[in-house]
Amino acid sequence: MTAPSSPDTQAENAEVIARQRVMRVLAQAPDQQLEELYEKFADKPDWTFARKPETGLVMTRGRIGGGGAPFNLGEMTVTRAAIQLKSGEVGHAYCQGRNQRKAAIAAFFDAAWLSEAHKQSVEANIIAPLEQEQLTAKKDKLKKAAATKVDFFTMVRGDG
Amino acid sequence: MYVAVKGGEKAIKNAHTLFAAKRRGNENVPGLRLDQITEQLSFAVDRVMGEGSLYDPELAAMAIRQAQGDLIEAIFLIRAYRTTLPRFGYAEPIETGKMAIERRISATFKDLPGGQVLGPTFDYSHRLINFDFDPEAAPESPPSSDEDIDLNAEVPRVSDILGKSGMIEPDHQFDEGHETGDLTRTPIDFPTDRDVRLQNLARGDEGFLLALGYSTQRGYARSHPFAGEIRFGEVELEFFAEELGFAVPIGTMEVTECQMINQFKGSAKAPPAFTRGYGLVFGQAERKAMSMALVDRSLRWKELGEEFSAPAQDQEFVLSHSDNIQATGFVEHLKLPHYVDFQAELDLIRTMRKEFDAQQNKDGDDDAPKMEAAQ
Repeated sequence: MTAPSSPDTQAENAEVIARQRVMRVLAQAPDQQLEELYEKFADKPDWTFARKPETGLVMTRGRIGGGGAPFNLGEMTVTRAAIQLKSGEVGHAYCQGRNQRKAAIAAFFDAAWLSEAHKQSVEANIIAPLEQEQLTAKKDKLKKAAATKVDFFTMVRGDG
Repeated sequence: MYVAVKGGEKAIKNAHTLFAAKRRGNENVPGLRLDQITEQLSFAVDRVMGEGSLYDPELAAMAIRQAQGDLIEAIFLIRAYRTTLPRFGYAEPIETGKMAIERRISATFKDLPGGQVLGPTFDYSHRLINFDFDPEAAPESPPSSDEDIDLNAEVPRVSDILGKSGMIEPDHQFDEGHETGDLTRTPIDFPTDRDVRLQNLARGDEGFLLALGYSTQRGYARSHPFAGEIRFGEVELEFFAEELGFAVPIGTMEVTECQMINQFKGSAKAPPAFTRGYGLVFGQAERKAMSMALVDRSLRWKELGEEFSAPAQDQEFVLSHSDNIQATGFVEHLKLPHYVDFQAELDLIRTMRKEFDAQQNKDGDDDAPKMEAAQ
């Protein structure tokens, strides 16, 4: 995706970025909260599994020195699932952890977000509020860390 | 050699029952919940994830509980569990420059861009046992800074700052076509490249690496280290899903990164500059990340044209003994029945002893008159 992009690929990139945002928010949502949101979601479309939930491993990677060549750091448990709506859209989920129900629900919301009929409702009731919570929590954590930032005052000592 | 022996089934069953009761301890004491372990024993959880080489806090807590706090036993359980799962593939490398930093310190630059963030740490505490500690008491709420937080801000690594002036070596790259080694797929073939060495060290035993790192500071493969930077926080993970054709964000994990900066006086191959050792570990594990960085650096002696003089430089020695599951397996297998082996050795010793005694008697007979004569 680093090649100079035509308007077509730009539109495609924007689509991918929008989808990544949805999948990020769903993957990072707490299990219990996602479950509750699914229960409350009105007019659930019919769906079937395109891929039943499956738990497996993804090997995480770092980079030598922080920005160099990759190396394998260690594995992580990940659960994936795919769900197809009756209207045809297929939603996918790859969620950290072993909760298969969570992956199924995440795939369901991904599919519903892809469908014209449900996109707005998923965005307004699921994705946007979850994202807001996640950003607030992250900000809160960083603010607490920032309160531990050191203020050095230089003591005069010859050349300092 | 050990051999299969029959018998003892009932004894084993009863021993397991006794052990389960010991695990529970006094039943009037509430049983440990997993969230108590993940929330209140996070360093134990992080160590089990790191050396178990599997990021899953709840699973690590289960293993710690089952192992009654024996962390190597817990790591063993994690390693055994991971073999039961399929491998989906490799994640995209994490970007530690984009870490949501909770702690970040440098011992080399006072005023580094982004600041020194002390974060949650044991450091600067007096290491006195708090006899008044109340486990039920709510802690004081940590203050928040009122500065604006930019969630997309990248915090430059110290090595990047020094790198601009050419005073420090750049990040390590391989020649084109190098395939990232994976010791869980292919056994290590010595000598091995830095990527495989780092994978081995990342899951290596903290105590072993600590001792080796310490040895380099004490003069065995002297390397003059500075803690250039240590950072801890959360990074995002992405996995390229073939069926989707793009990288899917799958979640987050906490890691500790250590940039050790080492003096290097130059060699026939390279001009004087600072060199680096690198450490990266799951969770908050500064001692481990620092030890890893020290050992990573000492293992690079050949590439940097340094003299070989110490165990911490010997990659076959270091990498073959860093894994505490392999180590404990071999040490603890000595508990298994070696009856036949031992019987054979006993017979051998008896025969040798007979020969020795016979020789002694013979020599004794020969010596006796001389001794008397000497007196």
